Amino acid sequence: MTSRGANHNRPLLEVRDLHVSVGSVEILKGLNLTVNLGEVHAVMGPNGSGKSTLTNALAGKPEYAVTEGKVLYRGKNLLEMLPEERAREGLFLAFQYPVELPGIRVREFLRTALDALREHRGLDKGSLREFNKLLQEKAKELGLDEELVKRSVNEGFSGGEKKRHEILQMAVLDPELALLDETDSGLDIDALKVVADAVNKFRKPDKAILLVTHYQRILNYVTPDFVHVLIDGRIVRSGGRDLALELEAKGYEWIRDAVESGREISV
Amino acid sequence: MVAPKVISRKATTSKDLEKEYKWGFVTPIEPDLAPKGLNEDIVRLISRKKNEPEWLLEWRLKAYRYWTSLKYGEPRWAKVSFPPIDYQDIYYYSSPFKEKRPESLDEVDPELVEAFRKLGIPLEEQKKLTGVAVDAVFDSVSVATTLQKTLEEHGIIFCSVSEAVEKCPELVRKYLGSVVPYTDNFFASLNSAVFSDGTFAYVPPGVRCPVELMTYFRINTEGSGQFERTLIIADKGSYVSYLEGCTAPMRKTHQLHAAVVELIALDDAEIKYSTLQNWYPGDKEGRGGVYNFVTKRGKAAGRNSKVSWTQVETGSAITWKYPSVILQGDNSVGEFYSVALVNNHQQADTGTKMIHLGKNTRSTIIAKGISAGQGSNTYRGLVKIMPSAANARNFTRCDSLLIGDKCAAHTVPYIEVRNPTARMEHEATTSKVSDDQLFYLRQRGITEEQAQYMIINGFCRGVFQELPFEFAMEASQLLKVSLEGAVG
Repeated sequence: MTSRGANHNRPLLEVRDLHVSVGSVEILKGLNLTVNLGEVHAVMGPNGSGKSTLTNALAGKPEYAVTEGKVLYRGKNLLEMLPEERAREGLFLAFQYPVELPGIRVREFLRTALDALREHRGLDKGSLREFNKLLQEKAKELGLDEELVKRSVNEGFSGGEKKRHEILQMAVLDPELALLDETDSGLDIDALKVVADAVNKFRKPDKAILLVTHYQRILNYVTPDFVHVLIDGRIVRSGGRDLALELEAKGYEWIRDAVESGREISV
Repeated sequence: MVAPKVISRKATTSKDLEKEYKWGFVTPIEPDLAPKGLNEDIVRLISRKKNEPEWLLEWRLKAYRYWTSLKYGEPRWAKVSFPPIDYQDIYYYSSPFKEKRPESLDEVDPELVEAFRKLGIPLEEQKKLTGVAVDAVFDSVSVATTLQKTLEEHGIIFCSVSEAVEKCPELVRKYLGSVVPYTDNFFASLNSAVFSDGTFAYVPPGVRCPVELMTYFRINTEGSGQFERTLIIADKGSYVSYLEGCTAPMRKTHQLHAAVVELIALDDAEIKYSTLQNWYPGDKEGRGGVYNFVTKRGKAAGRNSKVSWTQVETGSAITWKYPSVILQGDNSVGEFYSVALVNNHQQADTGTKMIHLGKNTRSTIIAKGISAGQGSNTYRGLVKIMPSAANARNFTRCDSLLIGDKCAAHTVPYIEVRNPTARMEHEATTSKVSDDQLFYLRQRGITEEQAQYMIINGFCRGVFQELPFEFAMEASQLLKVSLEGAVG
């Protein structure tokens, strides 16, 4: 299997035997995954398989308790870091359900976030003019109304606007690892293409993307290097782009049956 | 208009104070004190100290006699609790001047100038704040009023009430007590009897006041009450924006502040009144702090007149105040924008009254309450539509934000409609800073503490945007300091 621009000497994210519980329910039950710089990984799975648990646990959401296993980010223990430290180290989560922040305007919010990241990277605060220009440019690319940046974060946004706004943040904050949690769901085909364009633009040898999705539709536009199938808290099969197509043709039951009857599982 | 520069509060050098209440220093000034306690002689003494005319002394005495006739003491309907106040254990007159009022700043005790400098209010003419005329009130007495020349050019009178009694007695006599009569309530009666000083402003017809007018109130002397009286008159077609700020030293005992503010807007006039109330709130255990029992009322007397209150209340052990508007003129407008914050053991019972008398009168109420620590926060508001007020409209929105699990928020709206053409809207919400909101911000690299402030600031946005720009910056800083220990 080939992967564009992959750098196998530099694993960005290493997940080893990860167990995660929410409340008293164990959702991830020993998940293994390695993401190198330059790679795009798609994690697919049916509802309730643990896709969002994976992204939330990686981002450090407090109620997702890691009970076993380890996660290294550029060789450092990710699980010891606060959510904001993970973000500053370059980890970005595009939320499946972005929350409303009344009274906090998009522009101020992103400016504050960018300042925090730049400070961490040892950079000066950029000028307000440059920031506004960048924001305007990226918003335009995503087909977002320029008035949107003056509105309160996610307040009164349509479903599509919320998803595009997540990608706008990714484009502006320029992280290293982007976790996209069902960013494609709820988008019509035009919006999907716009989002896919932005993701492809982000895709570079010094970045990596972990794309979590229920449908393979977005993979028609963002070609993954690897596809993983997540069922019941474990990755049960990994492959290339073809796996996604096969999955679409045959459904998740096919994989589940294959796993349960003990047939080959390639990891 | 020039953006006004307002109080910078990087005042004290003590690191300890910065963690708590930064404005808690005491100025070593030997005050001219009247003996403790209240009786007719004290009322006469205050009046004499101020060289008041006979009619004003008579008015004070009437108020005093009315106050002593009140059988039930302080109003007890508010959701606040405090032990009985001993009104004989208070100094009713404290002046930083031994002799007569100084003619110029050169005659003012340098300690006093220094006290205001520490508070970020330079009184020297060459250092004065741009775009703001300041009246500095220390204990009972106005110390200095800046920018006089600019104001005089426009015919604007801005001075202490004591001076106004000398300069323009007819205006004072006509309007004093015309909006808040001395019989209004217990504290208004007390204030009318013993009011020491305060600010007077008059804007002549058609004049748009070119600067912000500001009063900075400071209680210094231990055991002294502060009873200032503010009177602002906007004549026909005029406009004025007025700001007030207040602080007090940290004291273990409670201090009483019972002010009265009266605003009068004639035909087509507009008064915008903004307050940053930052009296000493007491310590973490609830010891000390100012009792802020204040009566504020504006009369939108003329046609198309407008009275707008914006308040940010972060200080005081107890706040009891309801800046109100009597919408008397046809088409007049009343507004009330409020952020009230309680932390530790603070108690606030605050809101407004909108009394609609004129036709086509409109009022807006936006009240944001923030409760943290063991604070108790109550919004109490009355909207009254009288039979004469055809086509009156009111919009009310009350939002409460809770921080932690030991605080309380209450909303008590009273609505009285006596004209069927009225249109009333009332919205109310109670919320907490949600974990999902915090996580969203933290995921973008923002610390938890900063995320909290961003959410709280966002909650207050609708009110802060009504403040003059630099005052708004100040308000959000003040919020942050007041919440220290409650978030993060």
